[in-house]
Amino acid sequence: MVALLEGLTTLNAKTMAPEPGAAKSWEISEDGLSYTFYLDPNGRWSNGDSVTAQDFLFSFERILTPLLGAPYAYMLYPMRGAEAFNNGELTDFSEVGAYAPDAHTLVLELSTPTPYFLSLLAHNTWWPVHPPTILKHGTMTDRISKWTKAGNFVGNGPFQLTSWKLNNEIYATRNPHYRDPASVQLNGIHFLPINPQAEERSFRKGHLHVSSTVPIHRLDWYREHQPDSLRFDTTLGVYYYMLNTAHGPLADVRVRKALAYCINREKITEHILRAGQQPAYHFTPPNTGGYTAEARLPYDPELARQLLAEAGFPKGKGFPKFELLYNTSESHRALAVAIQQMWKSELGIEIELHNQEWKAYLSTREAGEFDILRASWFGDYDDPNTFLSLGETDNGNNHTNWSSAEYDRLITLAAHTSDIEARKVIFQKAEALLLDEMPVIPLYFYVTSRLIAPSVQGWYPSLLDNHPYQAISLNVEHPTSNAQPQN
Amino acid sequence: MLTLIARRLLQAIPTLWVVATVTFVLLRFAPGGPFDDEKKLPPEIKEQIEAHYGLNQPLYQQYYHFFVNLFKGDLGPSYKYPGWDVQEIIAQSFPVSLELGLWALLIALAIGIPIGTIAALKHNKPAETGLMGVAMIGICLPSFVIGPILLMVFSLHLGWFNPLGWSYASDRVLPAVTLGLFYAAYIARLARSGMLDVMQHDYIRTARAKGLKEQTIVMRHALRTALYPVVAYMGPAAAGLISGSFVVETIFFIPGLGPFFVNAALNRDYTMVMGTVLFYATLIIGFNLLVDIIQMWLNPRTRND
Repeated sequence: MVALLEGLTTLNAKTMAPEPGAAKSWEISEDGLSYTFYLDPNGRWSNGDSVTAQDFLFSFERILTPLLGAPYAYMLYPMRGAEAFNNGELTDFSEVGAYAPDAHTLVLELSTPTPYFLSLLAHNTWWPVHPPTILKHGTMTDRISKWTKAGNFVGNGPFQLTSWKLNNEIYATRNPHYRDPASVQLNGIHFLPINPQAEERSFRKGHLHVSSTVPIHRLDWYREHQPDSLRFDTTLGVYYYMLNTAHGPLADVRVRKALAYCINREKITEHILRAGQQPAYHFTPPNTGGYTAEARLPYDPELARQLLAEAGFPKGKGFPKFELLYNTSESHRALAVAIQQMWKSELGIEIELHNQEWKAYLSTREAGEFDILRASWFGDYDDPNTFLSLGETDNGNNHTNWSSAEYDRLITLAAHTSDIEARKVIFQKAEALLLDEMPVIPLYFYVTSRLIAPSVQGWYPSLLDNHPYQAISLNVEHPTSNAQPQN
Repeated sequence: MLTLIARRLLQAIPTLWVVATVTFVLLRFAPGGPFDDEKKLPPEIKEQIEAHYGLNQPLYQQYYHFFVNLFKGDLGPSYKYPGWDVQEIIAQSFPVSLELGLWALLIALAIGIPIGTIAALKHNKPAETGLMGVAMIGICLPSFVIGPILLMVFSLHLGWFNPLGWSYASDRVLPAVTLGLFYAAYIARLARSGMLDVMQHDYIRTARAKGLKEQTIVMRHALRTALYPVVAYMGPAAAGLISGSFVVETIFFIPGLGPFFVNAALNRDYTMVMGTVLFYATLIIGFNLLVDIIQMWLNPRTRND
């Protein structure tokens, strides 16, 4: 998608700093509440139409209209009135803080100063859609519409959609009307949704330039034979176990801590995962929005045994049987088995492993019918809030039954604090509280592992796994075309 | 014969109705819904989305609407792939599965029948033991073992074929062989026992007594009857080859219908599951009918039934 559409700003491939996109320049009012964007007059849709401020207004109204049911509409909430319009309190879109004084000027008004607003604009929820195309294939809020099909789709990005065969291939070629044609170096991109094994074979044969991942059992081979092709990048993702604090002994914070403290995370990352994952001693991945948690949970089996004894289960005696639930997958199982072993040998606690197919697992989780379950979370944007808000009482993704008024207060406070440093201090407090209460056991931070052919230039590490295709080029003639199996 | 075909077609309607109903009920009782995911949707947004697809109506109404649309030839939009209709996905991917299945069937017959026939003619000789041993291995090895082995040898080491895809004629070879081998082995066994049985018959003895060459006897007189069990097996085999290609299509990254069929169930893509199940059910019924017709043609005794 990053190839086909473009927001007001784009992110620099290397530094992730916001740069001009569809907007050539902008002015920010002194109170930080009003942004005036001057659109690039060369901005064109792939059918040749001009990209106008009205197109943006249409797109914002579309995503915020409740009838469309856009899951990520909340990304636009910093805009004044956006939230009220999205939940139906406002019905007139002209009352939302977005205006177009003329075709190439767009004014956005915010409800609170949002220091990361320019970066936010690069997120796909803020991108424009081509109104005539949407209206040709239905109404503004139709979910079931053909406008995304190759041949119908019109975008304003550096590439255009040339063909799309479901589960087979998406082919994007250079958009001749793009505002800055000189910045685009690739002639086309083939996106192939291949499974990891097939993908790796294809890469080995030289048919792919970039893979989406690397099968674990092939890692050592690449480390030995083609270390230049192997790339590990940290990403904003945490793998953790969720504890149901309403179930039996898990209601006791000492038990929760005992379970967390006796897990040897280094052993897990080095011997089971083996792809450079970082052991997680706190919940928010390091360097999320420039924030790294200071609180750490210890690896201390002795302390864990002591805590368990204090909770009334010396050496695990009398500890009721409980279950660890994970969604069916070899890698989740390997991890669960290792942790089952650690809890048995360190604490004398027996657990049963239980796996369910993905949708069944989600439904069990929603119903709260679990003791401990495997979970993961990937940040939507580069800010600790995307992780720490998970612990809020009314967060739809908090299934732990854990609730803390103080924690909720801190997260709300952070949302209303615009000073970057002061916000970080609040998040530090929240994270320390989370680790002290231990409703979740963080295990490791994800990394992306990829195979990248040496001919590929401009593929930079990115926390949000964002790789603008304008930055990418191939420095040698390669007989096959570029392929990258993700969006 | 026409009455029989008409009767069978009429029987197909209640069969398909039962298949559709059972699938519908099972699907709705499966835990989880099409729009559940790691990141939970806000309830009001989930409501909007479900309303788009009519999932907020009572179940009996959804059931009724499904059949109304079905009679209009509309299988509905896929939930997992917005903008794509179920029949559109089937139309795009089924021809690939069909082609793969037909190549595999051809390979199965081309390998299976000669091996079975030769084994029968060399009855109780080492050649028979050897050939049937190979066939047995073929039956025992699942395609997810054969596929990667063939890939490793013929694609990665020898470099004769692409490791994946469906773009060139040569891309058909490895998947079709992988898929066809199991059936080849089974057909070999059927052909052998059929042939052994036929060679005991009086008319073969008569042919031999007339002084015909062994080759003529086998080709002209024995084979047609000997293949009777093979033909009977063709219906289920063809249906299995065409609908059961999920594993092979995944290993070789072939854009067929198999992965859609399996993943639809995992994704709780209700319309997609209903559409593909009904499609395959129709296909299987069709193949079985076709086989019955071929059998009647091969065996004149059943023609007037």
